[in-house]
Amino acid sequence: MSDNTKSVKNVVIRFAGDSGDGMQLMGDRFTATTAMVGNDLGTFPDYPAEIRAPAGSLAGVSAFQIQFSSQDIFTPGDRVDVLVVMNPAALKMHIQDLRPGGTLIANKSNFQKKNLKLAGYETDPLTDDSLNDFMVLDVEITELVTKALEDMKLPLKTVERTKNMFALGLTFWMYGRPMEPTIKWLNMKFKKRPELVEANVRALKAGNHFGDISEVFSSSYTVAPAPLAKGTYRNITGNYALGLGLLTASEKSGLPLFFGGYPITPASEILNQLSLYRNFGIRTFQAEDEIASIGASIGAAFAGSLAVTASSGPGIALKSEAMGLAVITELPLVIINIQRAGPSTGLPTKTEQADLFQALFGRNSESPIPVISAISPSDCYYTAYEACRLALKYMTPIIVLSDAYLASGSEPWLLPNLSDLEKIEVKFTESNGETFKPYLRDEMTLARPWAIPGTPGLEHRIGGLEKEDGSGNVSYDPENHQKMIELREAKVAGITREIDPTELYGEPIGDLLILGWGSTYGSIRTAVKRLQDEGKSVSHAHVRWVNPLPADLGEIVLKYQKILVPELNRGQFLKLIRAEYLVDAKGMNVVRGKPIRSYRIEEVANEMLESGR
Amino acid sequence: MSQERGQKLARQDFISNQDVRWCPGCGDYSILAQTQKSLPDLGIPRENFVFISGIGCSSRFPYYMNTYGFHTIHGRAPTLASGVKLARPDLSVWVVTGDGDSLSIGGNHFIHVLRRNIDLNIVLFNNRIYGLTKGQYSPTSELGKVTKSTPFGSLDTPFNPPAVALGAQATFVARSIDRYPSHLQKMLGRAHGHKGASFLEVYQNCLIFNDGAFRLLTEKETKGDHVLELENGKPMIFGKEKNKGIRLDGFKPEVVTLDGDYSTDDLLIHNETDKNIADVLTNFTYDSEFPTPIGVLFVAKMSTYEDRLDEQIKTAKEQLGEGNLEALIRGADTWEVE
Repeated sequence: MSDNTKSVKNVVIRFAGDSGDGMQLMGDRFTATTAMVGNDLGTFPDYPAEIRAPAGSLAGVSAFQIQFSSQDIFTPGDRVDVLVVMNPAALKMHIQDLRPGGTLIANKSNFQKKNLKLAGYETDPLTDDSLNDFMVLDVEITELVTKALEDMKLPLKTVERTKNMFALGLTFWMYGRPMEPTIKWLNMKFKKRPELVEANVRALKAGNHFGDISEVFSSSYTVAPAPLAKGTYRNITGNYALGLGLLTASEKSGLPLFFGGYPITPASEILNQLSLYRNFGIRTFQAEDEIASIGASIGAAFAGSLAVTASSGPGIALKSEAMGLAVITELPLVIINIQRAGPSTGLPTKTEQADLFQALFGRNSESPIPVISAISPSDCYYTAYEACRLALKYMTPIIVLSDAYLASGSEPWLLPNLSDLEKIEVKFTESNGETFKPYLRDEMTLARPWAIPGTPGLEHRIGGLEKEDGSGNVSYDPENHQKMIELREAKVAGITREIDPTELYGEPIGDLLILGWGSTYGSIRTAVKRLQDEGKSVSHAHVRWVNPLPADLGEIVLKYQKILVPELNRGQFLKLIRAEYLVDAKGMNVVRGKPIRSYRIEEVANEMLESGR
Repeated sequence: MSQERGQKLARQDFISNQDVRWCPGCGDYSILAQTQKSLPDLGIPRENFVFISGIGCSSRFPYYMNTYGFHTIHGRAPTLASGVKLARPDLSVWVVTGDGDSLSIGGNHFIHVLRRNIDLNIVLFNNRIYGLTKGQYSPTSELGKVTKSTPFGSLDTPFNPPAVALGAQATFVARSIDRYPSHLQKMLGRAHGHKGASFLEVYQNCLIFNDGAFRLLTEKETKGDHVLELENGKPMIFGKEKNKGIRLDGFKPEVVTLDGDYSTDDLLIHNETDKNIADVLTNFTYDSEFPTPIGVLFVAKMSTYEDRLDEQIKTAKEQLGEGNLEALIRGADTWEVE
């Protein structure tokens, strides 16, 4: 390491290159190493929908961003401090996010005429002074790895593939991260291909030494460990956490987990992950379509399983008729929506929160379904668990809202103590000799009994036709229909008793409340923290339960002069808040397919604070 | 009321307390009665039967059965039935569906449940019409059929349900008729006895919107010459006088008369396990010049989806050990914060 080492609190790095350049892998390795040195971190992969668009094209650029810090952080960061680009297309797509004065590391070897043209550059930006706002380090990575691997006589393609390791080695040097975990990982990954281990390790080291010996870098940096709560941590993405949460609910409830799925971005990973857990007895079922996947899940719920289905907006649209069936038959079912940007196919790999109204109202007639949203990648674990617990307790379908950002974003996660999780108690009904009434309700929860096939004496029929209160017989009686609609509504509303009091970050009375739901948590918290540091009277409240809303929210919103609701849609939660509480809340509505930026929230908040009362 | 353990069930045990609401004279009554008569002989406790239906006249069926039942949504019964069976392979799961429900809106589920070979019994009530919506043509209605939605005649050629089933790799394909009670009971028993997805098509008369759709097969004067009752290992003989048969001329089937030129030795012998014969028989549609075959057209032995799933779970547990949640949550890369 250079003698000239500076200490910094916070760094945002983004790696960008062709889909085939291994940017995600590079990001994963940087993340794993950063976690081990004890920084708090947040990551966000940003990749195209195309599997491999033509090399060098703008459409094929794949990126990975990480923020790491010696402090507690909540997002992968807004403005990039270090941008690593493997070709001109990557530069073109990402340079606008590099902060003035930031560092640009470019693989100069790939800035030939052909690639410049593909990216739409008339002249070479590395030499035409257009990047004067930044500290530009152009490195001939391809030449340097070729030299480093010269004597190995490997095919040219193999040599080229190690470019990402060179760049990784260089960034490790810049921030004083150890190479050993990556070397160990390479040995595992290429166990049967020792020549690939050797090639990649050499490239990694070459990049690292390059930082050390070439005098282009005036200094390297250290980021001290963050003061996180004591305990054992791992890094986790939202989708992976969801899968673990479902599995935990299955173990804690003693119910077999049935998961009906159909491949759709960005929800497929949950199906893939759970399919690995055959030794946990999990029954995953890849159905012929979205409708079949929820149909099978409802069937499994009827038969006594913990039943789950997952999809994204377009798939949820297909499932909505069956969701109505789960509402009227009052069966426990967890429906996960990993939201993506729409409408229609939209931007399948990009994030959005615009399926809120779909979750709340996207079914025919009065079909209330509780809706819970995850607020961070690791929170997906607890969200999945809570959804399972309450679906079983209240005999109802429940929708879990996550999104593409949470799904593939990651953060350190303090491992849970399984015995601390709230118990899940399930009791299947047994016959008491009397005529069974499948719609006789629990007085407190209004849940109906769960009587599963195979139980003697409880033979009964359920279905999509309106049921008579109590007996569950088909009923066309007008009074009964009114009553049943109200009962189903009251049952869902009753879940407020399960919701913890809303946590307020900041003073309980003040000038401005920033109110959010779901994945905007990190961006809002970061902004509010900075505003509070500046002495502004700003508080943050964040909602996980969108239906029912927390019982205390109506009181809270009255305690502030102004309310700002930032969300990744055109104001859906805002409309809900205004309708529920008759308050003049303002929206901040961003639909760019990317997480909301905290400095933008700060700007809007400041404008609101400065404008007249 | 639950039955006494070990006591043999009777038809009465399968009749629910709900009033049956089909039109008087509907073929569905017979199918319901034959089902209620057949189930006691299967040796299964009543609580282990589950009847699952979609939408349509036939799909009201579960309400009238004193078993577990689920009246689901249009076309989706096979999906719910799949979930029930995969969650609880010990249950006897039946799908009750119609021609619109299974072959139009539910066509996708119909073919996939068959190819997976989940051990379900699928009974398709084919009346070649939409009854519950009051008389539109269905995917099995004949070309040119005049109905409420096709006042100038329908424009699409009908599905041939057993051919669709065979094409979807069904392992059991059979047909019966509402007006053939003892034959229908026998086929329900066979469908149940087959391990795998069983497909039983039942020709059913809709008195109101498509009366006489299968008249040739049900009327005394015509049925002899138009019904070919299949019996495994027996030559294919039919006719009022039992004097006609099916003969293969190369790959081409033909109807021959058993006079001087042909004897029963010349006739095609039915073999339920021969897919080529099944292919020939599926082309003997009601609208063709051939007699309509009833009975088991095809049956094949094959492992079921749920058995394969159970096997995979068993093997995974043997090879990887029983899943350890704490270890999984911990993962490979953890670090301590002191």
